[in-house]
Amino acid sequence: MTDGKPRHTLQIDGLSCVRGDRVLFTDLNFGVDAGELLRIEGRNGSGKTTLLRALAGLLLPETGEIRWDGKNIRSLREEYSRHLLYLGHLNGIKGDLSAVENLRIAAVLDGFHLTEGRAWAILGEIGLRGHEDLPSKHLSQGQKRRVALARLLANAARVWILDEPFTALDVAAVELLQEVIRRHIADGGMAIVTTHQEVAMLGAHTRAVTLGRGYV
Amino acid sequence: MGPTHARSPWGADMFEPLYWIIRRDLTIAMRRRSDIFITLIFFVIVVSLFPLGIGPERDTLRLIAPGIVWVGALLASMLALEQIFSADHRDGSLEQMLLTPQPVALLVTGKVIAHWLVSGVPLVLVAPVLGLQYDLSWEGLRTLIVSLLLGTPTLSLIGAIGAALTLGLRSGGVLLALLVLPLYIPVLIFGAGAVEATVSGLGGESHLSMLAAILVASLVLAPLATAAALRVAED
Repeated sequence: MTDGKPRHTLQIDGLSCVRGDRVLFTDLNFGVDAGELLRIEGRNGSGKTTLLRALAGLLLPETGEIRWDGKNIRSLREEYSRHLLYLGHLNGIKGDLSAVENLRIAAVLDGFHLTEGRAWAILGEIGLRGHEDLPSKHLSQGQKRRVALARLLANAARVWILDEPFTALDVAAVELLQEVIRRHIADGGMAIVTTHQEVAMLGAHTRAVTLGRGYV
Repeated sequence: MGPTHARSPWGADMFEPLYWIIRRDLTIAMRRRSDIFITLIFFVIVVSLFPLGIGPERDTLRLIAPGIVWVGALLASMLALEQIFSADHRDGSLEQMLLTPQPVALLVTGKVIAHWLVSGVPLVLVAPVLGLQYDLSWEGLRTLIVSLLLGTPTLSLIGAIGAALTLGLRSGGVLLALLVLPLYIPVLIFGAGAVEATVSGLGGESHLSMLAAILVASLVLAPLATAAALRVAED
């Protein structure tokens, strides 16, 4: 299934996060292996986004460690970042740039080159045909989200951390995104996802972590 | 899978992300040109107000010219500073930049260079015209241009630290001014000093050397400090 690709692991040990004075979760332990999808569940305010930001390395946890292949991501920094793709609530696209420009610049910053033709092809695949070179500020919410999600198709990152990726998407796009995630998992990647939507996702390789009320 | 991830970001292709980030910010700036003119017009108005208030005596004007042009440049570049990271912070591109395998200090350097090209260079270009208004000699004007060329990048570099530290705060603009203006003092002293020294016949070379030294030091140190501040801001 993973033919020749190194199998990575992400291990979370005794993780606690605090926002302001409020303890969001304490002593969280779980691991994610190659070819696994992890779904983070919990009520609003239970700390799902905080957990994802901590896993991405944007946020320093109060206690505990996040280890990539056995090494703390704090010491790996850029070495970990090159395996990672994080999509948060914000799309991270510039309204003054077109979808193609946004995608190509994201690619260079992620450390690889994306030709103009390939960028057009990916945007066509994600359902933005005819909107590729419009300034992104003229796109709808769902279309902007699609521009951000196009990075999933361009990138070779092994770990996807997706915070509410289905927000603002129409039925066809939800379908497409599920398929993209399914392919990624089958290819030996890992994905950590939060969602409120009941998506019948991905069968056997899905596990769930529930935040809040002390049970994990 | 086409992407090649293995190369070191500090190797030969360290310049590729630098080039792209500059190109990105310049493209965005060109598509919203009005922001550039605001800074420039502010500079012109501030510097032009003084002759109106002080009166048209040539000797007085010549005496105060270097200081006034430099203070004007300081305030104008301050005005543009807040923009440098705030838009990226709001739309989420900043957190994406922190998550790329590129060194954050490198990306910061690119952003500051783009910011200087857009907000600093126009000041340098228009300064000689304003200098004429103050009856500065040709030598004085020449030194003014060189001093601004060496000084305004430092203003952008130091200002970026302040902009990163005040990112997302409610009264960020005022706080930024309080934080950054004191740090601008050395640049002001040597910048205005260079022009004064040239006009009075002493030669401004030593002042200009100091400005260049400050520029080199801040080019090395300021992006590192800014990168650290950005990480805190996104925490």
